[in-house]
Amino acid sequence: MSKHQIHLDINGRAHDASVEGRLTLCDFLRGDAGYTGVHVGCEHGVCGACTVMVDGLAVRSCLMLAVQADGCSVTTVEGLSSGDGALHPVQQTLREEHGLQCGFCTPGVVMTLAALTQGEQKPSSETLINAMSGHICRCTGYQGIRRAALRLAGETLAPVEDHG
Amino acid sequence: MKPAPFDYYAPSTIEEACGLLAEAGGGATILAGGQTLMPLLALRMSQPFLLVDINRIAALKGISRSAGSTRIGPITRQNEAIADATLGSAQPLLVTAVKHVGHHQTRNRGTIGGSIALGEPAAELPATAVALGASVEVRSAKRGKRRIAAEELYLGPYATALEFDELVTDIHVPEWPTGTRWMFRELAQRPGDFALVGLTGAITVQDGKVSRAGLAWFGMGPTPIKARQAEAALLGQSLDQLDHAAIAELAVADTAPFDDHHATSEYRRTVGRRMFARALRETLEAKA
Repeated sequence: MSKHQIHLDINGRAHDASVEGRLTLCDFLRGDAGYTGVHVGCEHGVCGACTVMVDGLAVRSCLMLAVQADGCSVTTVEGLSSGDGALHPVQQTLREEHGLQCGFCTPGVVMTLAALTQGEQKPSSETLINAMSGHICRCTGYQGIRRAALRLAGETLAPVEDHG
Repeated sequence: MKPAPFDYYAPSTIEEACGLLAEAGGGATILAGGQTLMPLLALRMSQPFLLVDINRIAALKGISRSAGSTRIGPITRQNEAIADATLGSAQPLLVTAVKHVGHHQTRNRGTIGGSIALGEPAAELPATAVALGASVEVRSAKRGKRRIAAEELYLGPYATALEFDELVTDIHVPEWPTGTRWMFRELAQRPGDFALVGLTGAITVQDGKVSRAGLAWFGMGPTPIKARQAEAALLGQSLDQLDHAAIAELAVADTAPFDDHHATSEYRRTVGRRMFARALRETLEAKA
């Protein structure tokens, strides 16, 4: 089967590779390029764990072939933080709101929220909450994720009551 | 799972793509946004020996208006369609329908043409194309161009009138006159799911009477279903004399819903009746 030469930018670094046509972008990012922050859950577009940014847009990397990313700029969760130990605002907010437990779905959630909040203008709460329907989380019950999304849309929330 | 091996080509012209499809003699599959095809490949429900990726064909992009019609390039991304100002003013019903397709993340890749050409019976865009009287222009290497009305396009679940060597090159959606009201309703278990029951349509009102109606169901049979009896019953009627429940009954009479693990056909009919009657009332009461 055919092999294809691709050239793409991942987290600001140029990559050249030779890939089989059937290789998905998520498997390329993990297996070939080493970005294991891309989590592969269902492999058929249902769970959202593998979400990355392609040319600034949140997409499911299991629903795209690596060869289709030729010439694109890809950002994975590894590319978000500025590298000085500080978290990206989306990561920080999810942490503060306990928006994760096992963390498997988290890189995908982070990438969708990061993609939608990167512009000058804050997205509406509705936009962010609706976009979260593209992610399945089996631990949190979504309330922490929801609070983080609302805060990222600029809402001020009352603290969660402490039942301890 | 991983897709089975295939050859992959990403042509840059329509001619090249049609040539590849013809040469493959039915063994090729067209890759547009991939938001349905990629899962089918991963599950190995689809195993083409050749994938023709049309995403690099510039002629398949773009949105334009001329002579009462909107032309949509089939590989226009669903989220591009939502953000497009031209489409927003010329085709508000279509934009509303697109907002219900999949999730934000899949709409960034998924295309208008891909959804229309696939023919999933519970999907929003095929039914909306039928309701609005849209048509697709297709091209094949051997037989050239032809145009297929959306109404004639859908033969069964995922089965369309498209031949294996044909590529959709344009989607033409007629622009409905001033005084048209739009209705779109969808019942689904979760946002992004396919509809259990869906209704989409346009009703033009002139001088207090219905002058034109295009209504279609999705999720109510093996294809999108045009509510012909309800359309006929609405024509010429005064808004203040409409029997909403009776017209809803006619609309449901044209459907052929099925039982599945989500809902029975009787449930779909019951919801459909109420959905239609309420949507009709709300749509016609609202100011145009």
